[in-house]
Amino acid sequence: MPDSSRIDVRKTYKLFIGGAFPRSESGRTYVAEDAKGRFVANAALASRKDARDAVGAARKAFAGWSARTPYNRGQVVYRIAEMLEGRRAQFVDEVSQSEGATARKADSLVAASIDRLVWYAGWADKVAQVVGSSNPVAGPYFDFSLPEPTGVVAVVAPPDSSLLGLVSVVAPAIVTGNTVVVLAAEGRPLPAITLTEVLATSDLPGGVVNVLTGRVAEVTPWLASHMDVNAIDLAGIDDAELARDLEVAAADNLKRVLRPRAETWTRTPDLSRMLWALETKTVWHPIGV
Amino acid sequence: MAFEYAPAPESRSIVDLQSSYGLFIDGAFVDTTDGRSFKSVSPATEEVLAEITEAGPGDVDRAVKAARRAHTRVWGPMSGAERAKYLYRIARILQERARELAVLESLDNGKPIKESRDVDVPLVAAYFFYYAGWADKLGYAGFGPNPKSLGVAGQVIPWNFPLLMLAWKIAPALACGNTVVLKPAETTSLTALAFAEICQQADLPPGVVNIVTGAGDTGRALVEHDDVDKVAFTGSTEVGKAIARAVAGTDKKVTLELGGKAANIVFDDAPIDQAIEGIVNGIFFNQGHVCCAGSRLLVQESVADEVLDRLKRRMATLRVGDPLDKNTDVGAINSAEQLAKIRALSEVGEAEGAERWSAPCELPERGFWFPPTIFTGVSQAHRIAREEIFGPVLSVLTFRTPAEAVEKANNTPFGLSAGVWTDKGSRILWMANQLRAGVVWANTFNRFDPTSPFGGYKESGYGREGGRHGLEAYLNA
Amino acid sequence: MGVSGETYTDGVTSVLPTTAGVDEATRSESSLRRFLHGLPGVDQVGAEARAASLATRSIKTTAKSWAIDLAISMIDLTTLEGQDTPGKVRALCAKAKAPDPADPTCPQVAAICVYPDMVPIAKQALGSSGIRVASVATAFPSGRAALDIKLADTADAVAAGADEIDMVIDRGAFLSGRYQAVFDEIVAIKEAAARPEGADKGSAHLKVILETGELVTYDNVRRASWLAMLAGADFIKTSTGKIQPAATLPVTLVMLEAVRDFRDTTGRQVGVKPAGGIRTSKDAIRNLVLVNETAGDDWLDPDWFRIGASSLLNDLLMQRTKISTGRYSGPDYFTLD
Repeated sequence: MPDSSRIDVRKTYKLFIGGAFPRSESGRTYVAEDAKGRFVANAALASRKDARDAVGAARKAFAGWSARTPYNRGQVVYRIAEMLEGRRAQFVDEVSQSEGATARKADSLVAASIDRLVWYAGWADKVAQVVGSSNPVAGPYFDFSLPEPTGVVAVVAPPDSSLLGLVSVVAPAIVTGNTVVVLAAEGRPLPAITLTEVLATSDLPGGVVNVLTGRVAEVTPWLASHMDVNAIDLAGIDDAELARDLEVAAADNLKRVLRPRAETWTRTPDLSRMLWALETKTVWHPIGV
Repeated sequence: MAFEYAPAPESRSIVDLQSSYGLFIDGAFVDTTDGRSFKSVSPATEEVLAEITEAGPGDVDRAVKAARRAHTRVWGPMSGAERAKYLYRIARILQERARELAVLESLDNGKPIKESRDVDVPLVAAYFFYYAGWADKLGYAGFGPNPKSLGVAGQVIPWNFPLLMLAWKIAPALACGNTVVLKPAETTSLTALAFAEICQQADLPPGVVNIVTGAGDTGRALVEHDDVDKVAFTGSTEVGKAIARAVAGTDKKVTLELGGKAANIVFDDAPIDQAIEGIVNGIFFNQGHVCCAGSRLLVQESVADEVLDRLKRRMATLRVGDPLDKNTDVGAINSAEQLAKIRALSEVGEAEGAERWSAPCELPERGFWFPPTIFTGVSQAHRIAREEIFGPVLSVLTFRTPAEAVEKANNTPFGLSAGVWTDKGSRILWMANQLRAGVVWANTFNRFDPTSPFGGYKESGYGREGGRHGLEAYLNA
Repeated sequence: MGVSGETYTDGVTSVLPTTAGVDEATRSESSLRRFLHGLPGVDQVGAEARAASLATRSIKTTAKSWAIDLAISMIDLTTLEGQDTPGKVRALCAKAKAPDPADPTCPQVAAICVYPDMVPIAKQALGSSGIRVASVATAFPSGRAALDIKLADTADAVAAGADEIDMVIDRGAFLSGRYQAVFDEIVAIKEAAARPEGADKGSAHLKVILETGELVTYDNVRRASWLAMLAGADFIKTSTGKIQPAATLPVTLVMLEAVRDFRDTTGRQVGVKPAGGIRTSKDAIRNLVLVNETAGDDWLDPDWFRIGASSLLNDLLMQRTKISTGRYSGPDYFTLD
């Protein structure tokens, strides 16, 4: 019997919360299609409770992750790049399938995703030197300002770019010490779920990145209004009215909000996606004998 | 023998109050077209100081239009070096008129003259000097080689540091090439109007700075105006949230500097006399009308009784009274409304079972007054440990270990500031690391400097004011 | 509102030494060291900021008149020069008795401060005026002499009638950590300043000069203050006047805190004497404000606060005249002695 007649063992696509792969607590799934509208898999349809659990996991992970040395965080993010490189062919297939890209185009997107991780990994122990300062106050005090992660960041991944877009919004948030709950591209969720397999094997502590798949309209209001989320990146919101509503909800605890904006994910980024989720802490101490 | 200090009042004659004030729009003082007027009183005496205009939406629109024109035609195209010279001029005039501004501020706000004279007004000039120097160096600030201004900034400021908050807002905005429409708090308009006159003396081009006085409605009209590119607000968290909702879905850039409930943490090895001064300065400076006030004292249990004894002894020496007396340490509460809030929360504190102690002092009969007060036996669950009182009221809690101190300090939706008192260097740095607050004062408290970024975590707002970081809010970065 | 003297639970002690701690402190060299290094630290910037803040107090009209007269009554009018002569000392004594000959309401100063050999001259010149004679002793100002010489120096001054002895501590010993040596020396001098039972007056008051300008840090000032008080000082004094800086406001502030806390702990009140560098009425009034707001009323008395000075007196007199006449005066109207 020729190999081509072998029946594949298919993957069950689940959520990624706290380092584990649960199904949606709601027991629901939705159909993930390829670019031509053909059935590919049933993805988990995350509920508000899944969103809540993901925020809980991200909060739990925050203290440990933010306390890691920047050197260590940089190595972990670099490790993600290594793992991604090792499974490059698989991602080329999935991106190609999800986005309808040619193999060549998909290959360049996966390569760019890997390179982006490497780029951000290097920032881990440099960003404080670039945006921190010692402040020459007019008095006998040593005064310095340092960036610190803002906390739990909710991210709505871009709908169009299933892997590069996702990496481009998640990597800058975590490399500085935040933890993330990301809602994968609603129509193209599968590369995100496969990426969680990479994350799970990259020395990244459970809960630092939590990935939900599901409906933007259903999940994002719960993330935007959650009082234990510190910031929300609306990158993937293309409905202006929804974006406004989410920003209004985010005001309940004064989340830092990154509004949707035109992005070309293939372009080399600037620092803005790291800086928006950083706080500046200023410390004063007298100088005396 | 008792050393009774005779009254030492600063002379009011240096201030030339008008009976009524218009709005400052497009370089001139003008009457309202659709607003009203209200009376501004001195909180220390309830004496009416002047009639102030409450700008209507039409007035706000005129001001925004003037600012837009000035941005498009004059201030936006002007070189940074030229903008800098205007700001330096303003800084110099502020210094020249320092005493007058200090007296005016104390009259209008109720804060002691020694604070307006030695803290507020010198810092006001310093902020203008600092940001003047940035105007032609913005390419070096880390926001790209040629960062652009945003346009028109709508700025709403509070009544606790009227002129200083104006400086925090206007100096960086102008340095970055923006024009501004600023609304002072309704109870403290006078120094903003004096500043308008200073802009005239500096020959600042018309429309670069516009001052619209009024209350909440005026502020709302400004913040929600379609042609405002940037909103900067300092004030209550409640209003800050309303502003965040109002600008949702727009392109307006926003910075918010809001409330706080700072922990001032005293360890058993603290330099004790300086710590006591720091506690006093932390909560009684400016009558506690300070967003970053150290309103929660966390004291290590092993020294709590002794720290409290010393604190009470020190509080008994605080001189409460006439803001214009040079020896006054604690002045008047800014308004009847604020006094009512302080009283109400203090009553809640007692009802919740905390023990109240006020410094023995005679309060004047007229005006709005509240004695320096501490509550002991407070727990995290008490409202006075969670809500911002914004008055001279300190809640005292205890802790046993550094970890417990951090846990209690961070256990609040706010995150503006914190204080740490200990002689151990490594502990200071550990604490500073753990505290979720935008400013950590170690072995000092309530220090401010134009080079030093200031702003909060969590519900204390977002964005930073001061320093290089403070430029970001006003640049298209 | 005394600060409690009890120890807290689990052997954790309070910020300040307790009564028990004080007793323990003097038991051995190591316990003394432990005690002094267990005192709370002083943050330089904070202490200086507090002193500067109190210096902005504005003392006007009636308060100023009162403060000027109090300051005059607290002066230890001082001449400590190699060129001192009986004539100079007699002139100074005349000034001490009637600082403003034109105004009999002007108070006398508290004391005359001279070298030991001038004590008899001063005693005679001051007669029954009630003005005390203070003598520096113990190889003033350096203190670099053998103990028996210091003791003889002290005994000589006391025998000549000195009411008060201004001794210097051994700063070398203090800075090298030999606290017990400093302590023992103060105890010995205190004994040397004692008059025999049945003498017509009590022992000479012992003022212990810390020479804070050589101790450099406020932590050292606090430790030296406690050390001197534990050893029996009646007064702690900032400086000899021969070393700069001398009596700065923050140094006096730290010493006032020390005497306040010492009384809280032990019940014994010790006086403070800033000396050196206090030249103007403004300086003097700032010192009184410091006393008022740090140690309190109980120290606002010549028995508990002195100002070591020479040129200060004339400035106080000029201010006094300005207040009473309403016009500015000039140096020609006050005696130079």
